[in-house]
Amino acid sequence: MSMIRLEPRGQASPLWVYGAPLLAVALTLASGFVLFWAMGFNPVAALRAFFVEPLTSARGIGELVVKATPLTLCAVGLAVGFRANVWNIGAEGQLTLGAITGGGLALAFYGEGGWWLLPLMVLGGIAGGMAWAAIPAFLRTRFNASEILTSLMLTYVALLLLSYLVHGPYRDPDGFAFPESRLFEEAATLPVLVTGTRVHLGALFALAAVAGCWVLIARTFIGFQIRVIGLTPAAAGYAGFKEKKIIWLTLLLSGGLSGLAGLGEVAGPIGQIVPTVSPGYGFTAIIVAFLGRLHPLGIVLAALLMALSFIGGEAAQIGLGLPKAITGVFQGMLLFFLLGSDVLIRYRVRIGARKTVSQGATA
Amino acid sequence: MSIEVIGPVVAAMMTAATPLLFAALGELVVEKSGVLNLGVEGMMLGGAVVGFAVTVATGSSTLGFVAGAAAGAVLASLFGLLTLGLLANQVATGLALTLFGVGLSSLVGQGYVGHPIADVPELRIPYLTTLPIIGQPLFGQSLPVYLALAAVPAVHWFLFRTRAGLVLRAVGENHTAAHALGYKVIRIRFLAVLFGGAMSGLAGAYLALDYTPMWAEGMTAGRGWIALALVVFATWKPGRVLAGAWLFGGVTILQLHAQGVGFAVPSQLLSMLPYLATVLVLVLISRDVTRIRLNAPASLGKIFYPD
Repeated sequence: MSMIRLEPRGQASPLWVYGAPLLAVALTLASGFVLFWAMGFNPVAALRAFFVEPLTSARGIGELVVKATPLTLCAVGLAVGFRANVWNIGAEGQLTLGAITGGGLALAFYGEGGWWLLPLMVLGGIAGGMAWAAIPAFLRTRFNASEILTSLMLTYVALLLLSYLVHGPYRDPDGFAFPESRLFEEAATLPVLVTGTRVHLGALFALAAVAGCWVLIARTFIGFQIRVIGLTPAAAGYAGFKEKKIIWLTLLLSGGLSGLAGLGEVAGPIGQIVPTVSPGYGFTAIIVAFLGRLHPLGIVLAALLMALSFIGGEAAQIGLGLPKAITGVFQGMLLFFLLGSDVLIRYRVRIGARKTVSQGATA
Repeated sequence: MSIEVIGPVVAAMMTAATPLLFAALGELVVEKSGVLNLGVEGMMLGGAVVGFAVTVATGSSTLGFVAGAAAGAVLASLFGLLTLGLLANQVATGLALTLFGVGLSSLVGQGYVGHPIADVPELRIPYLTTLPIIGQPLFGQSLPVYLALAAVPAVHWFLFRTRAGLVLRAVGENHTAAHALGYKVIRIRFLAVLFGGAMSGLAGAYLALDYTPMWAEGMTAGRGWIALALVVFATWKPGRVLAGAWLFGGVTILQLHAQGVGFAVPSQLLSMLPYLATVLVLVLISRDVTRIRLNAPASLGKIFYPD
């Protein structure tokens, strides 16, 4: 028998449900320390530049909220699906479609915008993301095709579609052939909430989504069905819960919220449609959902932490000349450590050989 | 299309199919053992960048391929440690492996963008390459193309004609029963995962060393995911993986040729074809629920905890 082994707990440990993410963050920071040292940087200065300095200015905190906004919007939707074992990993594509459809409305009504334009764009963005997520939902419920693979394939298609549009129909007619759309006019731009920062109305959308998803999961019958399907699919079947309905609902919800996130980017901090709308928010949102324990409030905290990794990556790139790719390494490491730490929720780690209870040895 | 271009087109299709063949055959063995590793894309990128870096450093593409396979296996061992040792969810861990591989490969590879490398040795059989039509596809390819082809019967033979293959399939069908019979479920699965990682690493190394040949961030462009779809398309049978890989190689080459001759469709829309084709074949094969249920390993993706 091996020296280190796992022993099942009678029930899930509430301590480690919340302790595991903290342990994972600590292990990630420790690994980051070693990584920076191995790359020849001063690890203390590098970690400071990465995780502390962005938070020392009002502008930095504003940027944190700006980047946490799309992460939260994508992740709360994904988490509802993950609870039901619906693996939408194409949030990046649905986000892109939201930018294409919602942002396309800003271009279609360029110069004629009124108060009605922004609400229309918001609806357009949500509809675009929903439509893109409806394809995997249809293919899964009608043809049994894995939503993991179809939603991811459609992400590549969406990114190519965006590239085609900004090189063609969406391109700024006065833009010297740069692959960019016009700058959105005032009526098509989400209002800034805090002057001096780029925090925009999308942050409130994200908070509303968090509240909405919490109510859905914790307080409605649909939410109950989602949890039962995720935990014990067989029981859900006997209870007569419609799995197909839940697949449709969770994919449309996460697709719509991701589409809203995409609209929020082009109508918010970017202000136009460009070939790269997102630095991978849709993929990072998968990490955010797990780190936040698939719980809406946890997701807000996790989104802020992941937003910090994006901003810290930019800051460390400028300040220390660190490669930008380090952000992805940190994010991947964090998810690895989290998934590893999660074993502590259901199992105890025991060192030493298994105690064999010999019969009659009660003395 | 005139008759002379058929040879080069078929040859190009075979090279485009090669990375898919390596990665899908590796994943097939992993899935046959009951493990679903969605990290193929990340392991391919790891193999690509390490294979490229080692080739630049040593000047030997053979060493590059070996190093690429080793890098894939190292990344796969992280997956194995988490899912088999620490009982983590396989879907989530596979996604984590891909995200980690994407980040780590662009970090390692930043000094190698645009770096030139030596050619991979080709197996050119004199005179035979000049044969009409079949000359170039059959006798004018580089070594890894033949290696990938040889892996098809080799994997089939291993899985269906050897005792070890039988045990591996038993573990994938019913891990509890296999465990009760005394087979080391976790050890067998870990070895399968390592093999899958090495094959993904080879696939990535082939892309960076021979197919492209260069290193660029995210250069696998979804081929790892297409390989995953191919395993389902093939209903877990090695021979059908070959058919699927050639089909995708064909779609890839056709859209490249269409772009080359200035087909009146924007290049981005043509580039969508391999991804749309993946969705299409996945739908065609998956809609037959009975066939999937009969062929999919019964323990696929389930966590094993020895009692």
